[in-house]
Amino acid sequence: MDKENMLDLFREMVLIRHLEERAAELYQEGKIGGFLHLYIGQEAVASGIIAAREPRDRILTAYRDHGVAIAAGIEAKVVMAELLGKKTGTSHGFGGSMHMADVDKNYWGGHAIVGSHLPFAAGMAFADQYREEDNVTICFFGDGATNIGFFHEALNLSAVWDLPVLWVCENNQYGMGTAVKRASALEEIHKKADGYGIPNSRVEGMDVMKVYEAARDAIEHVRNEGPYFLEIMTYRYEGHSMGDPERYRSKEEVGQWEENDPVGIFRTFLLDGGHAGEDELNRLEEGVIDEIQEAVKFAEESPEPTWEDLINTVYVEEYRDEQWPR
Amino acid sequence: MAKITMREAISQALWEEMERDESVFIMGEEVGIWGGTYAVTRGFYDHFGEKRVRDTPIAEMVIVGAANGAAMAGLRPVAELMTINFAFVAMDQIVNQAAKLRSMFGGQFTLPLVIRTVGGGGRQLAATHSQTPDAVFAHFPGLKVVAPGTPHDAKGLLKSAIRSDDPIMFIENATLYQVRGEVPEEDYLEPIGVSKVQRAGDDVTIITYSKMLQYSLDAAEELAKDGIEAEIVDLRTLRPLDMKPVIDSFKRTNRAVIVEEGWRSYGVGAEVAARLYEEAFDYIDAPIRRVAQKEVPLPYNQALEQEALPQREDIIEAVKGIV
Repeated sequence: MDKENMLDLFREMVLIRHLEERAAELYQEGKIGGFLHLYIGQEAVASGIIAAREPRDRILTAYRDHGVAIAAGIEAKVVMAELLGKKTGTSHGFGGSMHMADVDKNYWGGHAIVGSHLPFAAGMAFADQYREEDNVTICFFGDGATNIGFFHEALNLSAVWDLPVLWVCENNQYGMGTAVKRASALEEIHKKADGYGIPNSRVEGMDVMKVYEAARDAIEHVRNEGPYFLEIMTYRYEGHSMGDPERYRSKEEVGQWEENDPVGIFRTFLLDGGHAGEDELNRLEEGVIDEIQEAVKFAEESPEPTWEDLINTVYVEEYRDEQWPR
Repeated sequence: MAKITMREAISQALWEEMERDESVFIMGEEVGIWGGTYAVTRGFYDHFGEKRVRDTPIAEMVIVGAANGAAMAGLRPVAELMTINFAFVAMDQIVNQAAKLRSMFGGQFTLPLVIRTVGGGGRQLAATHSQTPDAVFAHFPGLKVVAPGTPHDAKGLLKSAIRSDDPIMFIENATLYQVRGEVPEEDYLEPIGVSKVQRAGDDVTIITYSKMLQYSLDAAEELAKDGIEAEIVDLRTLRPLDMKPVIDSFKRTNRAVIVEEGWRSYGVGAEVAARLYEEAFDYIDAPIRRVAQKEVPLPYNQALEQEALPQREDIIEAVKGIV
């Protein structure tokens, strides 16, 4: 990866971090409703994986999706507008925090029923295979999703039909508040892929360059040989969602992981490797702070979606019922 | 016009649409080499090949889920669920996903998806294999639910469903596959969401669909012997519910019996009756009656199963009670 790409990647991770911190504040102020799942601590996963994709490769993820959206190339202001429920948001204000997508960026959501999007990934990869297009579908999901039926049915189908899917398990150690070992028969989650004959590996997820390199190889494998499974070891610094009392883990544990901050690790890497100077990185960070400020302003000033907008999203074709949607 | 069976009509619709559009494919349990458990897709695998006739594992969540994904990615899947009872295994993918993906993402996804499935009781398959839960699926905005009662409508509606850009549950009835009816030789479509008068009459309006259309037609012939002429409105589509022909008929007959194979509570009859009260209250001359399945899990025992299912005699009795 050249210097310019590295600095873009650094800026993107910092942008995710700041966006999430600002979102938490807006949530406390009551400007964001519903659930809010922050990506703080996991930035290197989405950024590292997506840096290795071609634009034609599809991306899907679960409900912790703002960071993935940014990494997929969606503008911060559009993410922010969705968080505020505005018409200018990714999903016109109908999806909220958990349901962001942008088909033009090949980012297919943002899905909040645990595991439900894994079958979509199989189906999208099938569509590519059907049309003889060599796209890869990259499907992110949490450790918690590997215990649900969708996971097993989708992995099995991807192997039986030899579908071009990269399965990416973001193992952040807890499914909500339940530790992996308390919920999963196998603690080394990537080994579940062995049950379906899918090659797999486990990767340190706090170092974005390691994630990137693993993703590059894995995507190459998928494009040429079929499905692959990556387990990325990571950690979320904030609660599962806003208002999580975090009774299931200690401050010491969180503190240990914070010493391995993916943004800090990458900063050190860039400085030590002579890829960038302090001033350069600080300037990038200041630019991010301005961008977030503008994003909030854009979101706050954006129009609300209308009732008419909502009705128009439900069906494509004529809907003959005089009472509907009364 | 040729008289063909419902099975042949549905098979022709699938075949013709696959010939017409390369993006149409079928997937499901035993749709390929087996030829379909109800023989609807016999010959498809040899003609269209494995690429377009996909045998799947017995895994309903991923059958519908992968069909959702393939539809979002631009294909036109016809996903078959061997029976509607197995649709409950895939309920999340049907009601949480297919019905909502378009709206929840601001309209950017399109799901040109057909879920073909088979409902109905009366074949001694016991409680979990005999259900008619059509109304359950009709509850969810975002889906369309089609349930034809004649070969003509089955063919025309299935072709429309495959060409539609909305996700559609297409519910067949296992005991109708042998029913014969006239089907045009030429290409034709029937519009989704349009109810149809299948028999004219002035004394009472029978509102029904799917298998109960056949029962209602039989009952109407019996009633005619007693000088009672029933008008039969076939809903054909449960969502959207086209009430106009129903209300037009009811305004003339002022009497209604709603006949469905599923359970009575919260059913199709409940919805249609409520709409009649809301929209035609001044025309009501007699209590609106419902004929439906008695509310028990259907037993294996043949006599008891038939006891629980709605019969032609129940329709006749209900009509005679209000005319």
